Amino acid sequence: MSALTDLTIAAARAGLDAREFSARELTDAHIAAAEAARELNTLVFETFDLARARADAADKRLAAGEGGLLEGVPLAIKDLYCTRGVHSTACSHILDGFEPPYESTVTENLWREGAVMLGKANMDEFAMGSANVTSYYGNVINPWRRQSDDKPLVPGGSSGGSAAAVAAHLALGATGTDTGGSIRQPAAFCGIVGLKPTYGRCSRWGLIAFASSLDQAGPLTRSVEDAALMLRAMAGYDAKDSTSVNVPVPNYTAALNGDVKGLRIGVPAEYRLDGMPEEIETLWRQGTEWFRAAGAEIVDISLPHTKYSLPTYYIVAPAECSSNLARYDGVRFGLREADSDLTHMYERTRAKGFGAEVQRRIMIGTYVLSAGYYDAYYLKAQKLRTLIARDFQTAFEKVDVVLTPTAPSPAFAIGEKMDDPIAMYLNDVFTVPASMAGLPGISVPAGLSNDGLPLGLQLLGQPFDEARMLNAAQFLETAAAFSAKPAWLTERAA
Amino acid sequence: MLRIAKLARIEVADDATDGLADELNAIMTWVEQLSEVDTEGVEPMTSVVAVKLPLRADVAGAAVPREDLLADAPNTEDGFFVVPKVIE
Repeated sequence: MSALTDLTIAAARAGLDAREFSARELTDAHIAAAEAARELNTLVFETFDLARARADAADKRLAAGEGGLLEGVPLAIKDLYCTRGVHSTACSHILDGFEPPYESTVTENLWREGAVMLGKANMDEFAMGSANVTSYYGNVINPWRRQSDDKPLVPGGSSGGSAAAVAAHLALGATGTDTGGSIRQPAAFCGIVGLKPTYGRCSRWGLIAFASSLDQAGPLTRSVEDAALMLRAMAGYDAKDSTSVNVPVPNYTAALNGDVKGLRIGVPAEYRLDGMPEEIETLWRQGTEWFRAAGAEIVDISLPHTKYSLPTYYIVAPAECSSNLARYDGVRFGLREADSDLTHMYERTRAKGFGAEVQRRIMIGTYVLSAGYYDAYYLKAQKLRTLIARDFQTAFEKVDVVLTPTAPSPAFAIGEKMDDPIAMYLNDVFTVPASMAGLPGISVPAGLSNDGLPLGLQLLGQPFDEARMLNAAQFLETAAAFSAKPAWLTERAA
Repeated sequence: MLRIAKLARIEVADDATDGLADELNAIMTWVEQLSEVDTEGVEPMTSVVAVKLPLRADVAGAAVPREDLLADAPNTEDGFFVVPKVIE
């Protein structure tokens, strides 16, 4: 395996500037790595020719001294992002063959900074899932394996292909989207960094919509500094998204100084769940100790409505999904199941085109929005959401960031937790509350489970205060000194 | 359940009805716990960011060309989307 694929984005960018290697060499190394890693099923559509062309163009700009923030950096792009003329299906059968005639704002921003697209990353269908087992294109295999058996593990979800691609070193970074934890949870399962920005920080224009009041684009990377770099390139106000917020995008990397002295770290009592594995509890405690030892102040806080976050989410998100996914009718794009009757054509197309989990959520959403049930469910959930957000506002009067585990377990085997939808939903118990409140969050790999799998710790920040959160995250990264490598890499190096 | 499937325009096979109904019932029973929270007088959240919806100048922007949009459609004719006949 070439050393070029082991670099961080920051190191690769420095190497390109110093002419140690070309953008074309960097991209070719990643294409070779991606070809060798097809069994992980991380990319559902490869764009290697396009990548080579963009890398050549990057070399020209670098030679002219015009390199952008991510010039020549090969990335995997979640299939949820619309990319002009290139396969964009949110890994759903119903969007078969869809090649959008437009480009999402976030990917446009990335290309403007010189990034290179390697391909479209696998994901749970329409971003609905926590294990990447609902994709029309099949499961993604986590590059990590536990010590006790050889069973293939899930990468988490919904950005499972993105996370596994970065963890297996076939992309330097990847884009994901996070609605209830879809960046942070797979990052934790794959031992990498995953950042969900504040709602409104990145434009949602050109992202295939799931739950519009929650969806947010963000990066998955192998270092906190890389997450800061990618966020800077991705973020920014966009007139095409009315919920995008017009505030300046700071130079996030400049904020990384590793100093957390006096920083107030909130530790919420309600995140201590019954039956949570001891190893996660221990790592969380270790995390607070690292901060305390560096002069940060650990503050016990209470987020009393935490336990209602998941059920609230499973009203709000399906409600929005049932509305957003009404557009898939077999008329304007994607799959059509022919029938001589228009309504039957809709019904048959949607039955064939949507997978079981997506159908389940559309039905739940249709139900909670239907006449007679709207107040009892949807309106009630919106009120709960106000209370959940208020909990955080109160906590942030006393603290700067909040520290929690990212997920209640390490990665599990494909096939486990599959019979009971609610058991699967519980994966997101620590990530959903911040989503409901629109807050930024980041998962940092911080330790290994007893069975040799990565575990993440999550930091949550105040709205549009990603810089301070990233600085705390970089401190955590340094303190944890996480250096374990997935079996996929170590076995190939041997 | 069949009423909801009809509203959602999703065909449900006869042999799948019972299983799906059980799953949906389990989820709805689980979310029922929200009723124990007193939300009297709480404003429902409609947006997590407190911003005023921006207005833009009322001028036409660049449109995606018709042929580009039609290129993704399963069935088109003479520059239009084609659907089954709806008028007898």
